[in-house]
Amino acid sequence: MTTALALANAPPLTNVDLALAAVLILVNAAVSVAFQLGLGRRLVVASLRAALQLALLGLVLGWVFARDQPLVVLGLGVAMGLVAGWEAVRRATRRAPGLLPAAMGVMVASSLGVTTYCLLLSVDATPWWNPQTSIPILGMVLGNALNGVSLGLETALAGFDEQRERVEALLALGASRADATREVVQRAVRTGMIPIVNSMLAVGVISIPGMMTGQILAGEDPAAAARYQLFILFAIAGGVALGTTGVVLATRRLLFDERDRLRLDRLRRLSGAD
Amino acid sequence: MVLLEARGLVRKPVISDFDLTLDAGELVVLVGPSGSGKTLLLRALADLDPVDAGQRIFDGVACEDTDPQTWRRRVRYVHQRAPRLAATVYESLERVRSAVPAGTFAAHGADVPAGLDVGQRTADLSGGEAQKLALFIALRTGARVLLLDEPTSALDAASSAEAERAVRDYVDAGNAALWVSHDEQLAERFGARVRRLS
Repeated sequence: MTTALALANAPPLTNVDLALAAVLILVNAAVSVAFQLGLGRRLVVASLRAALQLALLGLVLGWVFARDQPLVVLGLGVAMGLVAGWEAVRRATRRAPGLLPAAMGVMVASSLGVTTYCLLLSVDATPWWNPQTSIPILGMVLGNALNGVSLGLETALAGFDEQRERVEALLALGASRADATREVVQRAVRTGMIPIVNSMLAVGVISIPGMMTGQILAGEDPAAAARYQLFILFAIAGGVALGTTGVVLATRRLLFDERDRLRLDRLRRLSGAD
Repeated sequence: MVLLEARGLVRKPVISDFDLTLDAGELVVLVGPSGSGKTLLLRALADLDPVDAGQRIFDGVACEDTDPQTWRRRVRYVHQRAPRLAATVYESLERVRSAVPAGTFAAHGADVPAGLDVGQRTADLSGGEAQKLALFIALRTGARVLLLDEPTSALDAASSAEAERAVRDYVDAGNAALWVSHDEQLAERFGARVRRLS
C-alpha cells in the first residue's frame, strides 16, 4: 500500500483543469488590489515559481524513478537536505561562520535518519529504498523539519544575541556553557517544536492533511489513509525534534569558543534583526 | 600575597601592554574616560573575552592552565547593568544556587538585600535595586577577586555607602577587588591605589 499505487487510480488532471484552478489565484490578485497590498508582482512570481518548481520536481522524480538505483535515490535525498539547510539559514536574520554547513548537516542527518528508520522498520517497500516510497516520505519530513529548524535557529541566534548579559552573568558565576545557556536553548527548541505539536492537535478535527487528502482523492480507503497519515505525522515529529535540537545545539557550539566564552563577535546581523 | 596579576595584556584596539597586581586584602580603583577600555579590561581579566597577548595569573597559575569555570568562580566580573536572571528575586537567587557548586552560595532562602522583597518581580526592580541584588550575589558566591564595573552607579548615597562598606569588609577578609569608578573620591575613602586608563 503505497501512495504511488493508490494514485494510479486517481482521476488525472488535464491542463484545462489546471488552468481553471489557476483562476483562483485571481482571488489573491483581487485582494491585493483591493487592499493595496502591493503583492501583485510577488503573487505572479510565486505562482510561476510554484508551477515551475513542481513541473521540475515531476521531471526529476520521473527520472529518478526510472533509474531505480539506490545511489541516485541517496543523491537526491542528500541534495534535498542540503537545499533545506540552505533555506533555513537564508531565512535567519543573523549569520555566523560555519552556520550553513552545520544547518545542512543537521538537515541531512535528521531527515534522512528518520526516513531511513521508517523505511526499514515500518514500510513494506521492496527494495526498502524504493524511490516511490522513500522520496515522498523524505520530502514531507524535510518540509516540516525545515519549519522547525528555521524557527529554532532564528530563536537561538536572537536569544544568544539578546540574552548576552544574562548568559554572561551566569558564566561569570562559574556556570558551565550548558547551564548558562539553558533558558536560551529551551526557548529555541520549544519554539521550533510548537508548530508540529499544534498541528498534531488540530489534525483530523480542523484540518485534513495533504497526504491523506491525496490518498482519499485517489480512492484509498479513508481508514487506511488515516493510518498512513499518522505514521507520517510521527515521522515528521521525529524529524522536527531531531532537526531543531540539532541546529540549536550546533548554533551554541558555533557561538562559543573553547574556553566557554560567548563570541558574539562572530555574529553578523542582517537588516531585519532587531 | 599576590592574588591576581596581569602582565602585558593586549586587547586590540583599546588595551595595550597593561600590567596590574592585586594583593590579597587590596582594592584598586580603575579610572579612565569613556571608551578607554575599562569594561573590556575587566571582561578580559574574567576570561569572558579573549586577549590578543599577555598573561592573566591567579595565585601563580595562568588563566589558560585553569579550566574556565574555576577561573571565573575565583575572578568574578560583575556587570554594571545587572541582568535579570529569573522572574522574581527569589527565583534569581535559586538560579544562582543552581549555577554554583553545592554549598558555595552563602545566602539562605529568605536572605535578600535590604529593601528588597523575595517575591518581587525582577522586571519591576529599579536599576539601583538590580545593582544591589547583583552585588549581594557577587559577595556571597566565594569569589576571591571581584571585578566591579561601576557597581554603585545607580544607587542613592546611603545605599552606595552601604555597598562600599560591604566591599571593604569583603576585601579586608583577604580578598581583592578592582573597582571601575568615575568617582575620584572613592579611592581616598578606601585609601586605595588608583589605576588610570587613558
